[in-house]
Amino acid sequence: MSDNIEKDEFSGTQTTGHEWDGIKELDTPMPRWWLWTMYATIIWSIGYWVVMPAWPLVTDYTKGMFGYSSRGVLEQELAAAVDAHSVDRAALVTMELSNVKSDPQTYQFALSGGKSAFAVNCSQCHGSGAQGAAGFPNLNDDDWLWGGSVDQIYETIKYGIRSDHEDTRVGDMPAFLDDELLEKDQINDVADYVLSLSQSGQSAEAVARGKEVYMENCASCHGENAKGLREFGAPNLTDAIWFYGGDKATIVRTISKGRANVMPAWEGRLDDVTIRQMTLFVHSLGGGE
Amino acid sequence: MVESAVENVDVRPVNKKENRALFERREKIQPKKARGDFRRLKWIIMAVTLTIYYVTPWIRWDRGEGAPDQAVLVDFARERFYFFLIELWPQEVYYITGLLIIAAVSLFLVTALFGRAWCGYSCPQTVWTDLFIFVERLIEGDRNARLKLDKAPMSMSKLTKRVTKHAIWLLIGVLTGGAWVFYFADAPTLLVDLFTLEAAVIAYASVATLTATTYVFGGLMREQVCTYMCPWPRIQGAMVGDESLTVTYHGARGEPRGPHKKGQSWENRGHCIDCNQCVAVCPMGIDIRDGLQMECITCALCIDACNDVMDKIDLPRGLISYDTYAGQFDGNPEKKLKVRLIRPRTIAYGAILAFVGAIMLFTLLNRSILDVNVIRDRNPLFVTLSDGSIRNGYTVKILNKLHEVRKYHVEVTGSAGLQSWFQKEGPKDHTMIVTVPGDSVSSVKLFVSIPAANLKSKSTDLDVTVVDRETGETDTQNTSFKGPEK
Repeated sequence: MSDNIEKDEFSGTQTTGHEWDGIKELDTPMPRWWLWTMYATIIWSIGYWVVMPAWPLVTDYTKGMFGYSSRGVLEQELAAAVDAHSVDRAALVTMELSNVKSDPQTYQFALSGGKSAFAVNCSQCHGSGAQGAAGFPNLNDDDWLWGGSVDQIYETIKYGIRSDHEDTRVGDMPAFLDDELLEKDQINDVADYVLSLSQSGQSAEAVARGKEVYMENCASCHGENAKGLREFGAPNLTDAIWFYGGDKATIVRTISKGRANVMPAWEGRLDDVTIRQMTLFVHSLGGGE
Repeated sequence: MVESAVENVDVRPVNKKENRALFERREKIQPKKARGDFRRLKWIIMAVTLTIYYVTPWIRWDRGEGAPDQAVLVDFARERFYFFLIELWPQEVYYITGLLIIAAVSLFLVTALFGRAWCGYSCPQTVWTDLFIFVERLIEGDRNARLKLDKAPMSMSKLTKRVTKHAIWLLIGVLTGGAWVFYFADAPTLLVDLFTLEAAVIAYASVATLTATTYVFGGLMREQVCTYMCPWPRIQGAMVGDESLTVTYHGARGEPRGPHKKGQSWENRGHCIDCNQCVAVCPMGIDIRDGLQMECITCALCIDACNDVMDKIDLPRGLISYDTYAGQFDGNPEKKLKVRLIRPRTIAYGAILAFVGAIMLFTLLNRSILDVNVIRDRNPLFVTLSDGSIRNGYTVKILNKLHEVRKYHVEVTGSAGLQSWFQKEGPKDHTMIVTVPGDSVSSVKLFVSIPAANLKSKSTDLDVTVVDRETGETDTQNTSFKGPEK
């Protein structure tokens, strides 16, 4: 700073001593209100440090007088949200699942909750509209591997299929080629037979040979009429819906290599209320039995 | 001292053009009380408008079971607007647009005819400011007493007067805000709730906000609201034409002005005796003799004041009067006021008003009481069923605007082999009857399946027909049915 104080001759205000192209900067003080606002914010910040969590320490942070934490608030709000539905939750757990539909309030609670639980937990495999994909069943249709009543859906969600739960159900599609149970020709024939059940265009001889193979190897699970058996989760082979795909190559692959997709068990990961909500939601999609 | 029938007031118009600095502290205006026809008209309009405002929410209207029995109610919770016979749903808010157009064009029309009559007589700002000035006069006296009180040092009596005044102003503010919230909830219930501290926070917040604005706008800011905050004066300026009525000082008759002694001749001088009464009564702090000014709200109190003076000095009334711009240069005191009410401009405004009004009336009278929306599921677009047929899902929303339960038959048509069913009660409910409670919306899930062989293309037109089983009222909605690529 320069020692000689210079005053601007027109305004009489002191200058800062800075000069650009003959124009000097006036040393006009900050507006009073502006200064007071700044002092107030400084005082405010000191109070804030004391009251609220503020300073990071080496392994921790200052907690503040009120012990406020945004995570704590979140937990409280989540608990309050669950609490707000305590009546509906209690009703849903105590009621027979098949009876919930007759109680509009509980049913609506289940459908709304089920919808969001489905989006979070199920949509990754079954799709956001529950439309499924190859190897992941479409939950909108009327074809159910393990049964489509509410109780059956509940069981499937709770224990899973081929999951690590002790009550899980297992239905194995053997790998007929890999395990040397059938020859390639036989597999080709049986695939023709299976296709002939829902569409035409296969050679009659292959179908006749395939039928023999089918009766010996496949009928025990898929049934003599090939309509499937739910005890084993064996799909109906006569309908229009194919789990892994209905073209011949896919069918040959399915018979040759076998199939064993896993539906996880949700018991232990989700609470019973959520599982029940998901059950009723899935059942409501249009194919529920 | 000039000997005259009228005392000369020492007053300076606060809002005179020459007085203005760009930034200046507000100078308080202490308007003097006026007496006369316009003052009386203002009292009447004040009484009528305030009565309408405060009383309306308390008018009852029997709508039957389950519906609120308040004549005018904006029911946010149940998403309905009630106005006597009329009951509006949220999707009918376009009526508000109509109302706003009518309000705006009415303002244009009134302004074209009578100048800023809205500002001078019925604007809430004017009405409440007038009320506040009335309270002020009651407690602190008229202009001179108030000026004296302003200058006097603080004393017990001054403090009492000030506290009383502000307390009554605040009370009026509370009543104003209080009346406002009654438009949004059942008034008697809310009144009790407000006092027992059980009303919603928003109710107290509304009362507090309106108390504050009423107090600040009506008591403290007054004419500044009109001059600096309100957009209407600027807009209305564009509506005023040469033939609009407005408060006018007849300069040709008044000038040259000057003090006048009793018995003096009126030869070679104007009728204005420069007593400044017109300035003293002006709540906007202007001198009307400077001509039409932006601040003038045409409240006509200066007309009352001047007429009073003219009576005292035995001159004809009307030195300041309602006149048109075209008429103000006519110095003849005997001339009759000529106003042409029917002009192209007023005809145009009137036609717009009639047109919008007719549309509103027509739509209101032909308002459907059944409304149907059909929303097709998009995820998944379609589902293949085990028998090979294709299924689409729809959500059908049926609005019943009547207050009684109605039953609707729903039928889907458009393709051979089509099957349709609701999934509502059981797995498949083919009855296709929807029961909708009064004054509400029912939403049902509708499934339609068509054998794949019957689908001609990947999109098929369908009609969903909803029929009121009792009245036969029908609403058909077109929708589409999606299938796989053909």
